[in-house]
Amino acid sequence: MSETTLTGNRGLQQEEPLLFEQGHPGHSGVDLPEPEPVAERLGGVKRQRDIGLPGLSEPQVVRHYTRLSHMNYAIDSGFYPLGSCTMKYNPRLNEKMARLPGFADIHPFQPESTVQGALELVDLTARWLKTLTGFDGVAMSPAAGAHGELCGLMCIRAALEARGDARKTVLVPESAHGTNPASAHFCGYKVRSIPANARGRVDLEALKGALDDSVAALMLTNPNTCGLFEDEILEIAQAAHDAGALFYCDGANFNAIMGRVRPADLGIDCMHLNLHKTFSTPHGGGGPGSGPVVMTQELANHAPLPWVTEGADGFRLLEHAGDTGSDGAPLGRIKGFHGQVGVFVRALAYMMSLGRDGLEQAAEDAVLNANYLLEGLKDDLSPSYEGPCMHEVLFDDRFLKDTGLTTLDIAKGLLDEGFHPMTMYFPLVVHGAMLTEPTETETRETLDQFMETVKGLADRARAGETAALSEAPRLTPRRRLDETSAARNPVLRWTPPEDQA
Amino acid sequence: MRYLPQTDADRSAMLAAIGVDSVDELYRDVPRAARLTRPLDLPGHAGEVKVERDLQALAARNVPAGSVPCFLGAGAYRHHLPAALDHLIQRGEFLTAYTPYQPEVSQGTLQTLFEFQTQVALLTGMEVANASLYDAASACAEAALMAARLTRRNRIVVSGALHPQYRSVTETHAHYVDLTVEAGKPNPWQAEDLTGEPDKDTACVIVQYPDFFGRLDDFTALAEACHAAGALLVVAVPEPVALGAVQSPGDMGADIVVGEGQPLGNPLAFGGPGLGLFATRKKFVRQMPGRVPGQTVDEDGRRGYVLTLSTREQHIRREKATSNICTNSGLCALGFSIHVSLLGEAGLQRLAAINHARAVRTADALDGLEDVNVLNESFFNEFAVSLPRPAAEVVETLAGMDVLGGVPVSRFIRGDPQLDHVMLVAATETTTDDDLTALTVALKEAV
Amino acid sequence: MSTTYFTKEHEWVRVEGDEGTVGITDYAQKALGDVVFVDLPDAGTEVETGGEIATIESVKAASEIYAPLGGSVSAVNDALNDAPEKVNEDPEGEGWILKMTLSDTAELDSLMDADAYRAYLDTLE
Repeated sequence: MSETTLTGNRGLQQEEPLLFEQGHPGHSGVDLPEPEPVAERLGGVKRQRDIGLPGLSEPQVVRHYTRLSHMNYAIDSGFYPLGSCTMKYNPRLNEKMARLPGFADIHPFQPESTVQGALELVDLTARWLKTLTGFDGVAMSPAAGAHGELCGLMCIRAALEARGDARKTVLVPESAHGTNPASAHFCGYKVRSIPANARGRVDLEALKGALDDSVAALMLTNPNTCGLFEDEILEIAQAAHDAGALFYCDGANFNAIMGRVRPADLGIDCMHLNLHKTFSTPHGGGGPGSGPVVMTQELANHAPLPWVTEGADGFRLLEHAGDTGSDGAPLGRIKGFHGQVGVFVRALAYMMSLGRDGLEQAAEDAVLNANYLLEGLKDDLSPSYEGPCMHEVLFDDRFLKDTGLTTLDIAKGLLDEGFHPMTMYFPLVVHGAMLTEPTETETRETLDQFMETVKGLADRARAGETAALSEAPRLTPRRRLDETSAARNPVLRWTPPEDQA
Repeated sequence: MRYLPQTDADRSAMLAAIGVDSVDELYRDVPRAARLTRPLDLPGHAGEVKVERDLQALAARNVPAGSVPCFLGAGAYRHHLPAALDHLIQRGEFLTAYTPYQPEVSQGTLQTLFEFQTQVALLTGMEVANASLYDAASACAEAALMAARLTRRNRIVVSGALHPQYRSVTETHAHYVDLTVEAGKPNPWQAEDLTGEPDKDTACVIVQYPDFFGRLDDFTALAEACHAAGALLVVAVPEPVALGAVQSPGDMGADIVVGEGQPLGNPLAFGGPGLGLFATRKKFVRQMPGRVPGQTVDEDGRRGYVLTLSTREQHIRREKATSNICTNSGLCALGFSIHVSLLGEAGLQRLAAINHARAVRTADALDGLEDVNVLNESFFNEFAVSLPRPAAEVVETLAGMDVLGGVPVSRFIRGDPQLDHVMLVAATETTTDDDLTALTVALKEAV
Repeated sequence: MSTTYFTKEHEWVRVEGDEGTVGITDYAQKALGDVVFVDLPDAGTEVETGGEIATIESVKAASEIYAPLGGSVSAVNDALNDAPEKVNEDPEGEGWILKMTLSDTAELDSLMDADAYRAYLDTLE
């Protein structure tokens, strides 16, 4: 039990009630004038009762959110080695640029002549992404990685149908992100799993055995979710193409190879990029993201609307299938408006800042940092596969054998030490996974301190000092939460006391 | 390079610790044939001065909506954003946090999302809401898919006055999972009656409120018709400020309410990122897409929040998940929630009243012009007008006079000569009397 | 007179005449952890042997229940809607999941009896 105080606060850790438990009816944090008197034209559906919102002044609102912010871990405050998430530093220049009125305050349906700079921004971002990956086309509208997966698979299905060769199945490795099979399902495909080999890579022979004329696409992450580069990728691509299938790559891990390898040169047909991972746009506690999909020209002919093109009279925004030229056969629209333009501004500011040389250096430093962790922790934790790794390193829970502790306990112990844990229990191909991605924006000193901490926790576990871990975290704003009761009796919103049963 | 902390000395020492001579050795698993042997055709790194200059030059080639009289809507609305809002959004603890998978150190994000869900549920009149989807259009598609799962039916009926982009996104998604979408004809001159549509094959009827042409309608009878046929009623709300002035879709019997949250707390940003609102009945929650925080207690009995009902989601259920969505619009949801908190009950109702009053004034002014006719009997802050010339041409002429006068319907729907003459006009609390004068003067000339 | 049979998927079925009551075994509930929700089928649902008839969810996993035998669902345990924990507390009693009318009781021969199931569990150790 942690030490108690009269207020429930603990120094800078201050408790904060819900908005709905504060304020006074009638109060507001915004001063608005009296509405001018007009004859109301609400068509008989004028609101008859109050909404039920509280009324708070501006200082109350600012304090509410500031106190809540103190209960969050963030990349600004510490090391965030979440594998497969690329929690790198989010430059503030990106934010400043996205707030220029010429980007933040333009309406999506302004006439083309008044948004030439915005259309050029989309085109310029697209050009950077195509050059970095070696592809001819890119669909810019997907709002996130999973949205990009779905977009890419839809393009694949449209292209295969255009070839007169509609197929039914998508092959996905066991180690894939859960979004991969889910995206395949929502594209109307059956999902078949393919196994990994002992080296943590796709089993090429098993893959060849699974490739038949029902397979529309192979969906692979590379570097893969075990932190390894698929060293037989050229053979994998060849086998897929020989079988008439297309090759989708989940680009979540592009941070490891940007500037050094172009995915198009690996035989890949289509790949999404997570601008909120690789290109430093903030995660914002869960989004928004942006997931442009780079692709071959054959697929790009089917890319969803809208398209941005450059002509003699400047940039154009093509919003109708009929405008996309003789090869154009867009599959429709997958998002309102024109894509996550506000995120493009941030990603472009980042790419322009680092440039060709800086992006390559960033990839190399990310890989260097991960291998440094692998080397430093290999004797204390249990690495799942032999190195070198790419930008993330996978450990499993063999080092906890007979301690009675789990991966979760190590993660919670790290919270008390002021670190965010690595990604736990993913990928599913090893037991008790700890997928660790340091990114390039951490100092050697931070990595050293992290390793010392992890080693210390592992030593304690092996020495039988288990309580410190199994009861962790003790020092965080909340201790372990009861997820079982949350799921059994979901309380998903505040309810006024008078309405509670 | 300012974002990369390692020095060359660090790099050398780390390579030595790893036991390799160069970083190239760490890339040895990359097939030789696929390694880049020449630098990419891209510029080298640049300092803040140059990047700012280059991006400012691009931004300067756009006309910010706030720099001219602006009457654009059609699903994206320009409202005043309080100063405190952007300050709070930019706190690094919110801006640079990941998805709250470690609840002990993510209570800030989790509590704000729990509050957001409550606000969305209250505004829409529904029992529960999720922590957001990408935007209204994709939320609309997700609602159709959810209705199909719940009813085990595959016919989706879509109002002709649903935003054409919401309809288009719904059609795309429906196509790939073999659902049929039947859409009505867009008609700003005549009210639509869909009560005869729901039948035993219908999963849902999707309507919009206020509709694409700005009209308001009472869907109570339609909800009853849907329920009598075993179908669901989905209501899409493009402008949540309207809910401060009009009855909630929940009060009319809606089963799923989707919406665009951008107008509250978020800039236009050329249409993205948006904020997909999604609310439904509690009994349907296990078929709801997207993340959802719930309330619980920690080991010391203190109230706290966790992501819950995770078994619906792709990271556990894979191809059997309710959606493939992972990333949502968390920070945009925070912006929405802060704006609604600042407004409060009284502020939101007053903001809605001001928007309506400004729109009534605008409609009256335009109706007074020769050859310009307001088509709506009812509206909130946006309405349709018919013009003597094709609206697309009029809009260009107005832009030449530095007025963003409206959105031509032909931007979305082509090949209908009557609709070609229709323009959508929106007014908000940011619309001044001078703006209105500029519009009427320019429009007189343009038509 | 009833007899209880078991499957390799760790389900049990208690048979009286042509009616079978289906649940999961103690071994299965322990492996799943705290059950938070049981997605029950509608009464009248027809199912073939081995078909999915229900889903049991814990906090971090969802597991399908497969029909041990073909037939139609005649009743479901509605009490699990409010108290899914019964599956953990009393898996082979109050935590039953559904009842079905079996289409072919001859299929019972393909299932294990209690002794055979115990022996099967030993092979999993």
